[in-house]
Amino acid sequence: MMSSDFAIEARGLSKHFGALRAVSSLNLDVPRGQIYGFLGPNGSGKSTTIRMLCGLLTPTEGTAIVLDTEVPGDSRLLKPKIGYMTQKFSLFADMTVFENLQFIAEIYSYPISKRALRIDQLLENYDLVAQRKQLAGTMSGGQKQRLALACSVLHHPELLLLDEPTSAVDPQSRRDFWANLFRLASGGTTILVSTHYMDEAERCHRLAILDRGVKVADGTPGELQAATGMHILEITADDPYAAQGAIINLKEVASVTQLGMRLRVLIPDSYERPVELVERALAARNVGASVFATAATLEDVFVAVTLETPEAST
Amino acid sequence: MKPLSRVMAIVKKEVRQLRRDRLTFGMVVGLPVIQMLLFGYAINTDVRHLATAIADQAGSHLSRQFIAELGQTQVVELIASVETADDLENLLRRGEISIGVVIPHDFDRRVGQRSRAAVHLLVDGSDPTILGVANQLRAMPLGFDSTRSATDALQIIEVRPFYNPERRSPVNIIPGLIGVILTMTMILFTSVAIVRERERGNLELLINTPLSSAELMVGKVIPYIVIGMLQLALILGVGRLLFDVPVRGSVLDLYMAATAFVAANLSLGLLISTAAATQFQAMQMMVFILLPSILLSGFMFPFDGMPTFAQYIGEALPNTHFIRLTRGIMLRDAALSELLPDLVYLIGFTVVAMIFAALRFTKRLD
Ligand SMILES: Nc1ncnc2c1ncn2[C@@H]1O[C@H](COP(=O)(O)OP(=O)(O)OP(=O)(O)O)[C@@H](O)[C@H]1O
Ligand SMILES: [Mg+2]
Repeated sequence: MMSSDFAIEARGLSKHFGALRAVSSLNLDVPRGQIYGFLGPNGSGKSTTIRMLCGLLTPTEGTAIVLDTEVPGDSRLLKPKIGYMTQKFSLFADMTVFENLQFIAEIYSYPISKRALRIDQLLENYDLVAQRKQLAGTMSGGQKQRLALACSVLHHPELLLLDEPTSAVDPQSRRDFWANLFRLASGGTTILVSTHYMDEAERCHRLAILDRGVKVADGTPGELQAATGMHILEITADDPYAAQGAIINLKEVASVTQLGMRLRVLIPDSYERPVELVERALAARNVGASVFATAATLEDVFVAVTLETPEAST
Repeated sequence: MKPLSRVMAIVKKEVRQLRRDRLTFGMVVGLPVIQMLLFGYAINTDVRHLATAIADQAGSHLSRQFIAELGQTQVVELIASVETADDLENLLRRGEISIGVVIPHDFDRRVGQRSRAAVHLLVDGSDPTILGVANQLRAMPLGFDSTRSATDALQIIEVRPFYNPERRSPVNIIPGLIGVILTMTMILFTSVAIVRERERGNLELLINTPLSSAELMVGKVIPYIVIGMLQLALILGVGRLLFDVPVRGSVLDLYMAATAFVAANLSLGLLISTAAATQFQAMQMMVFILLPSILLSGFMFPFDGMPTFAQYIGEALPNTHFIRLTRGIMLRDAALSELLPDLVYLIGFTVVAMIFAALRFTKRLD
């Protein structure tokens, strides 16, 4: 069988928990060797999707081809090729960092002669040398996540599934963390990473945005920013609160977000002359402010696409 | 070989975690010793020194002699002398005495005639053991009785127990107690083994590795087999030291029987562990196994005296078979080869429970 260009091809993947549709008819194409982002608010189905992809949960409907193996199906051959970092810390709290790494090496039958070297290398790469003999349970949140990542890549997996790997990591460590991810990707590893952070999403080669179990957008960050279907306006006002009050109830305004003294306003493409529209509304309330149009950030994309589908909840 | 090294990885992990878990580690040693002391000293079926009061209405030479002999049996301890039978009843009701002895004023005549009871025993019947003791007292030969030859027929046949001629309860109890203690500790350890990892989130990691269910199960059982053997040594040691409990048969046979028994309990524990959603549920299920293992296994009550239905349940329990094995080996000097059916049952039980546990443990979360 020819190996596909995609590490993951999901078709109509759904997972229902009773009446709740945690994931609905998800189609997903993750190219090999890329970092693919999974962006979505709490409860949007990111973890559930990842669990289905590695065979932990049985999809209610649909299938996926993961590394040329059908899911759901016999995942025995798949397991050694996947690295999975769970959202909740899942290593052994009552074992040391070294013992945890050693255990993972043993379970994956990592060649005995190279084990010690590999573990040293991981401790070095993930900045855990000082914690080598510390019990994993006593480490800080960020240290735990670094250990979890180290454990998930120990056996050189072809596909790495990372479920919110940096939720407890400080910005500097997060940069290092991503440098590690890029190094792995350049070595040919495919990485699927779920996140809440826009700056992380921006670093992905491609990303999908999930909202209430539905994929509402996917593409490269640039494509997504170009295709928000929204005018993005920025308002600078002395009294942003008053400015917000002046425009929030306009039928044309899809969303208003305050950023310090500024307001970021999303107005659908279908309306013409958005700047004048907003200026008129502000003038009517005597709010002094300057308004200008600007380019969409991923944050705007995220706000726009998670707004668009209120019917998904019903 | 990969499967073997994965099993060893699990064994190593379990031992490491066990070593750091002070409470569990303490239980390995503490539980058997404490249970031994509790059961060995507290459960004592040969009752002595029952609080007794006497209403001696005869006040004759003969009655005083009778009272003296009664005291010598050590079964009763005379703590009070009262006037009437009513006084005795009051003492009984208040729980101050267990036995009341009424010696009627025509005691001397009654002893001579033998037509009517010479002495009345008022007994606290709410406690069956005391009632049993009272029945024993009835058999007490009256050493002072001049007409003894004529009254021999009245004596109840003396019970002469084999294998435990001294009738010491620890000797009877400890072979069964080994089974109860091992049931308790072994099921306790393994029934939480899988659930704990599920609760702590470790399971989500483990089932994403190449580790198979069978490897996980076997790896989790091996360390506890060793612990079971250590506990057995501990129980035998304490039993010998404090209660003089013999091992009349071969110690090797005993260890082989115990290995099969420990394995049976561990696999039962694992089965529980795969069925329970939380550690608390696992504990509840454990109690569900433990109680019948104490009550229906022949440890507490004679197996043959139980209703048929209870016997069926008893037969299913590993402890029932193990108690037969230990009593046979330790007290009757039986060889394991003479007790084969019980051993075979334990081995079969282990295999079946392990298979079910491995099947039940799917490498999935839903
Ligand atoms: N085992 C389960 N039983 C019932 N409902 C579940 C189960 N697992 C997940 N859900 C529900 O499915 C939905 C999706 O959950 P999921 O964990 O996939 O979200 P998520 O995108 O990972 O969220 P977060 O960012 O908070 O991690 C949620 O509403 C959650 O409550
Ligand atoms: Mg999640």
